[in-house]
Order: sequence, then C-alpha cells, then structure tokens
Amino acid sequence: MILATLQHLGQRGMQVFERLGRASILLSRILGGIHTLVPRFSLFIHQIHSVGVLSLVIIVVSGVFVGMVLGLQGYNTLVDFGAEESLGVVVSLSLVRELGPVVSALLFAGRAGSALTAEIGLMKATEQLSAMEMMAVDPVHRVLAPRFFAGLFSMPLLAAIFSAVGVLGGFFVGVGLLGVDDGAYWSQMQAKVDFYDDIMNGVIKSIAFGWVVTWIAVFEGYDAVPTSEGVSRATTRTVVYSSLAVLGLDFILTALMFGD
Amino acid sequence: MSDNNNDIIVRIRNLSFSRGSRRIFDDIDIDIRRGSVTSIMGPSGTGKTTLLRLIGGQLRPDAGQIFFDGEEVTGASRRRLFELRKRMGMLFQNGALLTDMDVYDNVAFPLREHTDLPESMIRDLVLMKLEAVGLRGARHLMPAELSGGMARRVALARAIALDPMMIMYDEPFTGQDPISMGVLVRLIREVNDSLGLTSVLVSHDIDEASAISDHIYLLSGGKVVAQGGAEELRNSASEWAQQFMQGLPDGPVPFHYPASSFRDDLLSGGEGERP
Ligand SMILES: Nc1ncnc2c1ncn2[C@@H]1O[C@H](COP(=O)(O)OP(=O)(O)OP(=O)(O)O)[C@@H](O)[C@H]1O
Ligand SMILES: [Mg+2]
Repeated sequence: MILATLQHLGQRGMQVFERLGRASILLSRILGGIHTLVPRFSLFIHQIHSVGVLSLVIIVVSGVFVGMVLGLQGYNTLVDFGAEESLGVVVSLSLVRELGPVVSALLFAGRAGSALTAEIGLMKATEQLSAMEMMAVDPVHRVLAPRFFAGLFSMPLLAAIFSAVGVLGGFFVGVGLLGVDDGAYWSQMQAKVDFYDDIMNGVIKSIAFGWVVTWIAVFEGYDAVPTSEGVSRATTRTVVYSSLAVLGLDFILTALMFGD
Repeated sequence: MSDNNNDIIVRIRNLSFSRGSRRIFDDIDIDIRRGSVTSIMGPSGTGKTTLLRLIGGQLRPDAGQIFFDGEEVTGASRRRLFELRKRMGMLFQNGALLTDMDVYDNVAFPLREHTDLPESMIRDLVLMKLEAVGLRGARHLMPAELSGGMARRVALARAIALDPMMIMYDEPFTGQDPISMGVLVRLIREVNDSLGLTSVLVSHDIDEASAISDHIYLLSGGKVVAQGGAEELRNSASEWAQQFMQGLPDGPVPFHYPASSFRDDLLSGGEGERP
C-alpha cells in the first residue's frame, strides 16, 4: 500500500521533471532561433498585435478599476492618520511594485496565454505543424519564436500601461471625488517613488512574468495531445500553471528585491 | 531488378517500428526507383501513413535504415533532415493547409520560405500550380471555405510548388468526384514524367493506383506481403495479392484490429479490461 503510493509519487515526480526537461529544450530551441526572426520581422509585428495590442482593452479597463479601488481604500486608511496627502504614494507604489506586474501578468495569462496555447495546439492537432516540418520549415522558428518574443516584448509594456492608468484611476477617485489636494498627489508621488528601487524592480518583475507566462503558453500548445480534448486541457493548464508561477515568482522576486 | 545504387531513390532496409506494444513494421525492405510511380497499398491501419512519416524522418524507426537519395534519413541531424526534406514534397491525408492564410499564400508558403524569388515570379509559379489542380479561381478562399477534396488539391499544388525530387501522396483520391479523380490520376503521372520526379502513392483505389503505378507494394501485418507491377500482382498466385486486388472480405488480410476472440470478449463481461 505505502509502496504503491510511493511508487505513484515517484512516477508523477519523474513526469514533472520530464516535462520540465522538454520545456527547457523547447526554450533553448526558441532562443537559438532568434536570428530567424529577422527575415520574418513582419510575423513578429503581427504577433505583437494579436498578443499585445489585443490585450490592451482588458489591461486598461482593469488598470483603471484597480487604481480607483486603491484610491478609495488608501484614502479611507490614510484619512484616519490625517495623511491623505500621501495617497499618491500609496497608489503608485502599490501599482508599480506589485499590482501592475502581477495583475497584468494574470490577465495576460488568461487573455493571451490561453489563446496562444489553443492556437498552437490546434495547429498541431490539424497536422499543420507536421506539414511545416515536411516542408523543411521549422515550426519552432516559424510559429513559436515570433509568439514567444512578442509576448516577452509586450508584457512589460502592458504592465507599465496598467500602472499608468491605475495611477490615473487613483487620481480620479482621490482628487476628483474625495478632495485630496491635486498638487500633493503628484508631488508626494514624485518625491517618494524611486526610479531604481521601485520602477525598475517592477519592470524586472514584469519581464520575468512575461517570460514565464509565454514560455508556459507556447510549450503547452506545442506539447498538447493533438485532439480537441488535449488542446482544451492544455489551455486550462496554461492558465493554471502560469497564474501559479506568476504568484510564486512574485514572492521570490519581492523577497530578493525588498527583503532586507 | 537492377541493384544500381543510383537507380533507387528510397532504400529501406530491415525497418522495424512499434507504437507502444503494437508492432507496425517488422523487418521490411522497400526500394523505390527513381522516376517511378510506386504505390503503397494495404488495409486501413497497417501503417502506410506511418511509413511516409518514417521516410520523411518525422518518426524514428526502432531498427533498420532508410536512405533517401543516397543519404541516410535515420539518424540524420535536424539540419540534415531539413535539407533532405527540401527535396521531398508530401501531401497529407487531410491536406494540412495552414488555416491562417488563403489558398494563394498556402501555395506560396514554401516558395517564400525557401527561395528569394521576387513576388511577381512567385505569383506566376503559384498560379501555374493552382491552374494545374484546377483551383486558380479559388485562390482567395480560406482553407475553412474549401471542401475536403478541394483542400487536398490545394495541398497537392503546395507539395509540387518547390519542384521536389520526390512527392509522397497520402491518399490523394479520397473525397474526389470521378472527374477530379481522373484529372488527378493523370496529373500525378504527368507531373511525375514531365518533371522527372519520383512519386510514392498511398491509396486504397486499386483501379486508379494500378493504372498509374509502375510498382506496387502490398503491406499487411507489418510485412510486405506482395509486390510487383499491377499486372504481375493481378496474376500472382499470392493469396494476399488476390484478396486485395479483388477486394474480397475473406482471405489472409484481416479486417479486424487485433483483438481477443469476440466470444471471450462478450462472455468476460468487461473483466480484465485495460490490464
Ligand atoms: N500517434 C499515434 N500513437 C499511437 N498509435 C498510432 C499513432 N498513429 C497511428 N497509430 C497506430 O499506427 C497504426 C498505423 O497507422 P497509420 O496512420 O500509419 O495507418 P494507415 O495505414 O495510414 O491507415 P489509413 O489507411 O486508415 O490511413 C494504426 O494501427 C494506429 O493505431
Ligand atoms: Mg493513413
């Protein structure tokens, strides 16, 4: 009984490592194919459109709302200490350090990651990837690489946009509705938000998240069982794994950056 | 048969291949002569598609060797394989068109990927290939708007776009009406002879296949059970050849996927399912 359980656990463990290995090999092939992006630059641009630009709406709308909620919550807390002038700092630091990268990465996983997996998985299921291989075109370079790099490129921009609109949302609620001083909102923000410690660290986070989410999405699609059920499972896995990876990675990165 | 090395474009030796515990090929030898049309026939599920994928290097055999144009496919590096594949075209069973491009771009795809031809030249080539399969007028349709038979003809145009040395057709005739079937049969032969290609044809249509094939291999149960010219097979004493050429239900070729006896299966009531 115990032996069987152990055996089962061992098998699962092996499977996890095997998939990790395959994912790493795929990643190295994608990175090794970066030069093939040059003659296919239009594909890369096209993917930035479908991965990045099309995610813009959900990012902007969520950013505004998150910023507005931060403004409201921050004000209610700060006003007890008579510190509502600092609302700009609270809103912007929360966004730039944490919520911007994390929430936009989660939204990105749901919007763009799942679409990437489904698209690549379906191409596999309908033998389009096989056909490319037989035409001596490497699908890793032709299909996967442009999507991966487009994701990598778009994610930090999306996070930055998210934070920027969030700050505006906080401004709208704090200054516009609750009567915080206009000048104080901006000047305190300017004084307290550090470029390297806060903004750059946020950017580093969003790059890391973009990397992980697109890597998972592209791998799950490429590794999907080539049936409709397999593709649907792969899509679910992309969303679940990349959300967990983002949150876990966020903790690690935060501990490293702001830990001491 | 002359055993001149240069005369044989695909040479398969002692090939064995399994899927899980199921043995698909068991030590088979196949030679495909340069410039010929060779048909691979056999019951559904014997591994004809698998054989084409092995020749194309998409699958690796468990044992044995496959040579294409004098070079070993088995064990070639990815880069070598891609070089070899530029010399072969393959028509997939379901077409496998790229669904995000229209018919024109699909046929242009290999040309754009592998040549630096100017767009005007590509246009001429694409229209020529589409004209050959009778679908020049359908060039702005998306793959989703094509019927199965049309999709396969577009795939054929794409497979011949680069004028490869050898084309592998996986069941090109299924889903074709009698007219386009006749055209296709002639087209395959004409393309083969006028461009000096070699064609490997997987098909179930005995009449069509024997009409254009120089040589036929009959596969069953992981073995080559008969081979020869169409006439030769028709007159052959081999039971396999007789059953297949005449489409008889009884004979050495099994209709059923390997299974335990039907009676045992019914009586067991599902016990011991999925060991
Ligand atoms: N991906 C796969 N995994 C496991 N088994 C497979 C796979 N693909 C095919 N097979 C098995 O391999 C055998 C040969 O399949 P293949 O597609 O080569 O047959 P075929 O001769 O082309 O049949 P058909 O004439 O119906 O197209 C089948 O019995 C099938 O069960
Ligand atoms: Mg088949």
